[in-house]
Amino acid sequence: MWSIIQTLWKVFLHAASKRKTVLYPEVRPHLPARWRGRIILTRNPAGRERCVACYLCAAACPVGCIAMQAAQDASGTRYPVFFRINFSRCIFCGYCEEACPTYAIQLTPDFEMGEWKRQSLVYEKEDLLISGPGKYKDYNFYEVSGVAIEGKNTGEGIDDEPPVDIRSLLP
Amino acid sequence: MTAITLPLLLIAAVLFAVLTVAAGLIWLERRLLGLWQDRYGPNRVGPFGLAQVLADMIKIFFKEDWIPPFADRPVFVIAPAVIIVTVLMSFAIVPFSRHIMVVDLNMGVLFFLAFSSLGVYGVALAGWSSGSKYALLGSLRGVAQMLSYEVFMGLSLMGVVMLAGSYNLSAIVAAQERVWFVIPQFIGFVTFLIAGVAETRRLPLDLPEAESELVAGYHTEYSSLKFGMFFVGEYMGVTLISAFITVLFFGGWRGPVLPGIVWFSLKTCAFICFFILMRAALPRPRYDQLMAFAWKVLLPLALVNLLATGAIVLAFFR
Repeated sequence: MWSIIQTLWKVFLHAASKRKTVLYPEVRPHLPARWRGRIILTRNPAGRERCVACYLCAAACPVGCIAMQAAQDASGTRYPVFFRINFSRCIFCGYCEEACPTYAIQLTPDFEMGEWKRQSLVYEKEDLLISGPGKYKDYNFYEVSGVAIEGKNTGEGIDDEPPVDIRSLLP
Repeated sequence: MTAITLPLLLIAAVLFAVLTVAAGLIWLERRLLGLWQDRYGPNRVGPFGLAQVLADMIKIFFKEDWIPPFADRPVFVIAPAVIIVTVLMSFAIVPFSRHIMVVDLNMGVLFFLAFSSLGVYGVALAGWSSGSKYALLGSLRGVAQMLSYEVFMGLSLMGVVMLAGSYNLSAIVAAQERVWFVIPQFIGFVTFLIAGVAETRRLPLDLPEAESELVAGYHTEYSSLKFGMFFVGEYMGVTLISAFITVLFFGGWRGPVLPGIVWFSLKTCAFICFFILMRAALPRPRYDQLMAFAWKVLLPLALVNLLATGAIVLAFFR
């Protein structure tokens, strides 16, 4: 009986304590930079699309909400003809970002994506692509990878060694 | 002419006030629960979220009113009305102020006890006519609980009746001119309070509902406005018990400076808030604990109180 009265009193005192609720639209919670929200496609420091349409993000996506079509331009650079994310399916797990070899696909601390129509949640490449490099300022995939494109052969990249002649026995 | 219209107006006013308070309690309960749980509660619709009541009502009006095919139709429809009617009838005898009461019955306390007993029918019929296991189990518990607590609810009031020497509620209020009955009848007050919580099926004694065990107990199968009626009935029950605690133990409309109706409202409101505080703070007991508590603790306590009060009244006030 005594403990019941104590409980009542303690709960009553909670009337004066600080509220735990964050009054959202007026007070905005702090979201760290790595918070997993709306997905974007970034550009490299040269201003070109980073995405090389390797399909790794689409393969990693557990709900299969990423669709794209790969193509190659005249310089030998791969790019997606279309790149589509269905945000009504996306679960914001961030696996696509982890899978991406070129830092093209990134998640941002933005979650306010409410729409009246479901179809409006299907984002095309134009909606996803931003003008900057996102979280990784200096990364340029073709400069550090061994892939040859126009104006850069294999072995000419940063920290890249010339290719080994596998048909010669000499060191 | 005024002999007819005045009581009718009074009845309409009491009905309106009680229903408004019951609706307002939806908001009050949610806000107070929020307050005691370090949240805000509904604060978006209208000033302080007051229009939440309106929003909730619109929502519940437009829900599908579905009667399950396996239910006993006429009984199923009548059951929620029984709960509302039994509670509303008791409001007829509440003295809101010195002159504001619908009817000044000379057996007021008995009238109240009779109608709160009839309230059991609402629970029993609702559970039985639903034709579902959970509803039946809930109403089974409800009936057992309400009948057990009814027993000493009546007994706990007999001390007050003895001291006042009348069943008439205005006479009971008048008898509290010098000292509120909560002081000489403290045990009676505590037992009546607990019985009142059980009668209104409120937490912590909401075993007939018991969401965690019985889905929603006796009103599992109800939807839309019928479900709403159970809720309004529950809130009106809370108001009724609070009003009766005020009248029987806390001097009714008596108080300095302010008019009687204001004092009555303030006291009633305080007890309504206490009901909500109990909901915020206390866990639900096990079913056997509930029954043991009623029969082994509260009933003997009420009986001892009855005997002691009777002895004292006989010895000193005759």
